[in-house]
Amino acid sequence: MNYDKLINPVVGALPPSGIRKFFDVVNTMDDAISLGVGEPDFVTPWAIREAGIYSLESGRTYYTANSGLLELREEIANYNMRKYGVKYNPADQILVTVGGSEAIDAMIRCVVCPGDEVLIPEPSFVCYKPLTIMAGGVPVTIETKEEDEFRLTPELLREKITDKTKLLILPYPNNPTGAVMSKEDLEAIAEVLKGTDILVLSDEIYGELRYSDEKHVPFSAIEGMYDRTVVVNGFSKAFAMTGWRLGYALGPARIIGLMTKVHQYGIMSSPTTSQYAAIEALRSCDDDVEDMCREYNYRRRVIVDGFREMGLSCFEPYGAFYIFPCIKSTGMTSDEFCTRLLGEEKVAVVPGNAFGECGEGFIRCSYAYSVEKIEEALKRIARFVSRHTAETE
Amino acid sequence: MDDILRILDKEQGVVNTEKISRMLGIPEEEVAAKLEELENNHIIAGYKTIVNWDKTDREVVTALIDLRVTPQRGEGFDKVAERIYKYPQVRALYLMSGAYDLSVMIEGKTMKDVALFVAQKLAPMESIISTATHFVLKKYKSEGIIFDDNEKDTRQVITL
Repeated sequence: MNYDKLINPVVGALPPSGIRKFFDVVNTMDDAISLGVGEPDFVTPWAIREAGIYSLESGRTYYTANSGLLELREEIANYNMRKYGVKYNPADQILVTVGGSEAIDAMIRCVVCPGDEVLIPEPSFVCYKPLTIMAGGVPVTIETKEEDEFRLTPELLREKITDKTKLLILPYPNNPTGAVMSKEDLEAIAEVLKGTDILVLSDEIYGELRYSDEKHVPFSAIEGMYDRTVVVNGFSKAFAMTGWRLGYALGPARIIGLMTKVHQYGIMSSPTTSQYAAIEALRSCDDDVEDMCREYNYRRRVIVDGFREMGLSCFEPYGAFYIFPCIKSTGMTSDEFCTRLLGEEKVAVVPGNAFGECGEGFIRCSYAYSVEKIEEALKRIARFVSRHTAETE
Repeated sequence: MDDILRILDKEQGVVNTEKISRMLGIPEEEVAAKLEELENNHIIAGYKTIVNWDKTDREVVTALIDLRVTPQRGEGFDKVAERIYKYPQVRALYLMSGAYDLSVMIEGKTMKDVALFVAQKLAPMESIISTATHFVLKKYKSEGIIFDDNEKDTRQVITL
């Protein structure tokens, strides 16, 4: 078969993952330390796992309603009211999805028409561009800057808006940079959007993982933004439930209704066991989330200090569990740095350019690891950096 | 303060002021001073190693003993508690609500050791009305530590 002639060229042309080669190399090493993982190191709290097990014991092994168990949607509504004071109707404003990723895909497919432009701040998680392209849209990158602590500013946004702009992606708290947007930052973005018809997909999957006194504010809570915003959140990061594959979308009934159609035909319903477990997560695990968050914050301080002591510039990341130090002073590209660091010191980190071209010159390090592991990795990276900084001088 | 105690609890009492200072973003001297204060105030009552004796050659027998006690005028249970907890064999002593009053955890080399301690030391005390001894057969978890914890990091090595 000549598959080249048969396949969809749009999908064929999508770039493969930027980390494959590192993945293959690390897998062959016994004593490598990886700071390359984008998920919590905590196992899902036992109460949640136990609820999942109990649901299986009770024979809850059937499909659920397409949009998710009503009981779960009600808990999601309660949770968002209690935490953020934002009201969503469980009947028609909430869709339970297979991870946040499915919600992002469905949202983009429901609103992007061929030729529509989708504004994507970068560096950011890798799915927005390919999903936009597969939906026939045109991704328009907004390059955020280190001096702005990788926040989206109203100036950067205004420059990229055209009459074809359909959707703005707001990926904060941000993977890979750890950047967050304060309420004031979000209000400034809202000012730019007022009077336009631009919709917003706010990917807030790391929303619970915030380390300053300021709490997370969903974009839909900003005045005037509720009707144009779909918020994507889920259980993976906050509740350490990545493998359960469960997320959700909150938004205007009309758009959630469309997304439910996409979900219904593509997925049917999200995993039943995971949904029962998630009910328990929302009902009784606030303390577990708080404990995990506190622990990440301890590690965050250790790793930020460590990189600054090496002389690598690094803004203070207040969200998610990543830091994004600048490695330009070593004279290496991100790819070179990561390849050589892995070869020489057996530490795996992810090159910043895997998250967009403007991530070049940076590396992403996850601190979803024990303090001991982080300290050992820092020791090795420091050795590597001092060796190579000496070389360039 | 609270954070230092949380970290110590998690680190199982291993005191590394340098590490704590990095985790909290405060100077090491400040951590040391706070620790000293916590120790002086007996908020930190001690540092302890949790040993799973089952994995060693040493035989250790543990028993939980329920005591019903007549409280003494003006002293309540404190006086009799003091007479009990001063024995080194007593590893823990709690005042309880419910069917009995004091719960004593005893450690000895053999079951006979423990039984004799109950018969000769505890039972004859004037204010003790009754004893019920329960021997521990296996310790699964102690002081928040699971003895055979087999949960490992099985994450993929790199994910975006």
